[in-house]
Amino acid sequence: MEARRTSRIPIDPKVRQVGFFAPGALRDRSQSGPLGLSSSPPVSNISPAGNSLSPVMIPPPRHASDNFVLSRPLAVPVSASTLRPPAVEDRMAVGSYDASELLLGTSASSRIGDGEFSEDYSVFFRRSSSGKFASSLPSGGFDSTAMKINPPAVVRAAKKPAAVIEKSGGAVAEMQNELPTSSKPLKEKTTKAERRALQESQRAAKAAAKGPNSGGNKPATASGAATPMKEKASKAVKQVPSSVAASDKKGGERIPEKDKKKDVPPPRMQFDDKNRVEKAKRRAVVKPTEARNRVELFRHLPQYEHGTQLPKLESKFFQLDPVHPAVQKVGFQYLEGDIVGGNARCIAMLRAFQEAIKDYSMPPEKTLARDLTAKISSYVSFLIECRPLSISMGNSIRFLKNRIAKLPLTVSESEAKDALYSDIDRFINEKIVLADKVIVRHAATKIRDGDVLLTYGFSCVVEMTMLYAHELGRQFRVVVVDSRPKFEGQALLRRLVAKGLSCSYTHINAVSYIMHEVTRVFLGAASIFSNGTVYSRVGTACVAMVAHAYRVPVLICCEAYKFHERVQLDSICSNELGDPDVISKVAGRADVNYLDNWRDKENLQLLNLIYDATPSDYVSMIITDYGMVPPTSVPVIVREYREHLWI
Amino acid sequence: MMMDFQVVVLAGGTSKKLVPLVSKEVPKALLPVANRPVLSYVLELLEHSNLKDLIVVVEGQDAALRVGGWISGAYVDRLHVEVAAVPEDVGTAGALRAIAHHLTANDILVVSGDLICDVSPGAVAAAHRRHGAAVTAMLCSVPVSGPLESGSSSGKDKTKKPGCCNIIGLDPTKQFLLYIATGPEIDRDIRVQKSILRAVGQMEIRADLMDAHLYAFKRAVLQEVLDQKDAFQSLQQDVLPYLVRSQLRSELSLNGAPHTEENGHDKVVPGDNQVMLSQLLAKTSTPSFHELYAMGPNGSAPVRRTHKCCVYIASQDKYCARLNSIQAFSDINRDVIGEASHLSGYSFSAQNNIIHPSAELGSKTTVGQNCMLGEGSQLGDKCSVKRSVIGRHCRIGSNVKV
Repeated sequence: MEARRTSRIPIDPKVRQVGFFAPGALRDRSQSGPLGLSSSPPVSNISPAGNSLSPVMIPPPRHASDNFVLSRPLAVPVSASTLRPPAVEDRMAVGSYDASELLLGTSASSRIGDGEFSEDYSVFFRRSSSGKFASSLPSGGFDSTAMKINPPAVVRAAKKPAAVIEKSGGAVAEMQNELPTSSKPLKEKTTKAERRALQESQRAAKAAAKGPNSGGNKPATASGAATPMKEKASKAVKQVPSSVAASDKKGGERIPEKDKKKDVPPPRMQFDDKNRVEKAKRRAVVKPTEARNRVELFRHLPQYEHGTQLPKLESKFFQLDPVHPAVQKVGFQYLEGDIVGGNARCIAMLRAFQEAIKDYSMPPEKTLARDLTAKISSYVSFLIECRPLSISMGNSIRFLKNRIAKLPLTVSESEAKDALYSDIDRFINEKIVLADKVIVRHAATKIRDGDVLLTYGFSCVVEMTMLYAHELGRQFRVVVVDSRPKFEGQALLRRLVAKGLSCSYTHINAVSYIMHEVTRVFLGAASIFSNGTVYSRVGTACVAMVAHAYRVPVLICCEAYKFHERVQLDSICSNELGDPDVISKVAGRADVNYLDNWRDKENLQLLNLIYDATPSDYVSMIITDYGMVPPTSVPVIVREYREHLWI
Repeated sequence: MMMDFQVVVLAGGTSKKLVPLVSKEVPKALLPVANRPVLSYVLELLEHSNLKDLIVVVEGQDAALRVGGWISGAYVDRLHVEVAAVPEDVGTAGALRAIAHHLTANDILVVSGDLICDVSPGAVAAAHRRHGAAVTAMLCSVPVSGPLESGSSSGKDKTKKPGCCNIIGLDPTKQFLLYIATGPEIDRDIRVQKSILRAVGQMEIRADLMDAHLYAFKRAVLQEVLDQKDAFQSLQQDVLPYLVRSQLRSELSLNGAPHTEENGHDKVVPGDNQVMLSQLLAKTSTPSFHELYAMGPNGSAPVRRTHKCCVYIASQDKYCARLNSIQAFSDINRDVIGEASHLSGYSFSAQNNIIHPSAELGSKTTVGQNCMLGEGSQLGDKCSVKRSVIGRHCRIGSNVKV
């Protein structure tokens, strides 16, 4: 972890745009050769070039392939997500981050060279070019060594595009061979002093690398300076276990809005980062306990500690900062699982905030906007103690805070409260209720007579769609796919059957069997990210992939207020962990008790993920309140309707 | 900031059950448990939970004066305590009725003054809040260890009386109280409303739980019940069973806003959107049987009024006992210096006993484990003390075994 931090120091974490750099670098290459060579991260050099280009301009594939070496340090795996069978690449991307990302960079760009350059790329382009370029590049010298090794590969690749992949593979292999030799084994934890030393030397090396490069690109000096860098990079690789490395991408997954800096949320908490965890502990209202048997790959997520969190919250019930009773109630309901589902949690929270605002009275000598924002923030942190926020909740909190901030200073307290109250009402009505109605109307047009619809788990809007289509008199059949441990589909099934729909019910294990008779798959989502990734109940990705394999269209129903500008490639970086006990027990089968006392077994960890991420390739269409759009249009909606959404 | 919970401690007066122990000079609340008044345990529990504004209700003027005097001496700088005196023999419900005008908060926490436990009242409050319940009672498992150990010594007066066993019906999730019968009112048979059974489907009847006399009431509900039912004397025997019985056909007007909201959104204008919204909420949240029942057969807008009676069941490892009989008094005294020693607030010596520095011990006197010697006590030669509490300034002669 520590090494990861050091490699990040010179970088603004928010800006580290995973993967959007490959195209950027391509353009640089196509415009000005030497620029690409000068490897070190000169923001000022690259970004103007990128900005000057028309965003729609897609470089010809040839460039992509001949450029892969140059763009390597820049090319981080994102592009993989837009590619056809991304599963493998994604995995790799996750597993190996720091130095071996070169491998991914190359393979990704070579794939682009193969011609899979889709339109959404241009979208990414634009975003990335408007974003800050500086980011990336942990190392200047690093790159130049790469250069030294690889020129032949570049040339050959340019000549024989067909051979690109092998070549690049070879080049990378070379790289990797070299890296470990120069690295020395590092103990798991570096001390603070060591880290600092590392940092210092890295900075120095960077400065050294930068000077000669800009002044005529002398390979000798560059490589000289590069060696320590390289060492460090490889150290970083060595030290950071592959799994943990994945988590450090998180910082980079935020798309920075250059002009809207205040909207950029702070980087999320990494729960494997000891320093920050310590800090957070000091801040936290309730002292969290150390979870045992944590799954290695998911250590960066807040661990599920229901058994200890609840009594602690309870015992501190009267000691915490005064939280409004309505908020308290909602919080405990989240904690106990009484309220689940993105929409319901969001509405419940907003209703509680309404109550709180109604009962709020401004203390003298304070401004309403500040004091109320602080109040809401304290409520939110209470709710986070109970359960991590959903994206929908996060978005609506942003809305509310935005509204509070925009209150004119002159309004009286009661007017302001009324305004906020009705704002929340309006948000619920427009963004959730009306949005659902529109989605239902749209989605129902996709249901024809004789269809067999498949849905997974329970999504409110999917249910409404089916009922609506049924009311319209369409003849169709529904397959409800469900899974342990929540069995959310059963309640849906009961209601559908009660309304007279003909249904089948199966578990996700049998999804591939049932899929061949299905004509449409309707799924809900907790959120959709701006690369089109659908973030939803765990299992959704599986269903979507099976549907894709069977050539069944997958339609995602999701309100636009749940969209998020983040880019996420996998379900590891950001997820929620559920109660591990529920997967170790089988309801109604007391005899299945093999996993009792699993906490005492040190070599056993249980993982109960709540969400997963479905790559946009498996999504045929997203039905949202702005109409039916392809996944590639999500960033457009996020961008264009942002004002619309938050005001 | 408005206070959400107001705390009422029912300290009682001179109990008849404890007659040789209590007297005019020592009301029940001041009975010494490990050389501290029993009331101090409750007050410290509350203080630990940051509840510092308390109302202590004492039966009888004399007792009130004494209790008030003690409290102001011991807690003057720490707690803000209001001592209210009520006439004797009004019962717990009557006592609450008498101080009803003091109650202003949304929810009232009623604690019996003779409770000695380490369960956080916050837990009860949290359960209460979560369900928006009309009443939440804390139940704890009946202490089995005490009576068993003392079986030989005081086997006869060991409580076989019905007061010790409660019959409590719970729903399958163990969150709602469906039936409660306590103390003398237990008959041979248990009558449960058919409507409740039908709504719940399944009821768990347990006799190993006891009512810890720690309740959280919604103030509106409590006051309404107290106003309407003049005959109600006891919280435990009248008010609580009444609320439990009537939970599915609530006659309460339910002025409390959160509660009406809880039961659906019928208060707001029943527009199309609102119906959809409430459906949206109802589908994704797991409804309790109350809501299901209130929904009525057609599943549309709620038609029936309900209120919820919740329970919080303290976990097994918590200590919880009430000092309501002589037997309990000795048990508690033993437990507090023994297994539940964390409650007493004293630090134990290496020999696991507490000997006040000013205590004088004669030669060859041994003080065993789990013992406590109060300030200034004197023991003669060759005494042996085991598992006992010696009060302040006691003088014990030679060759005594305690």
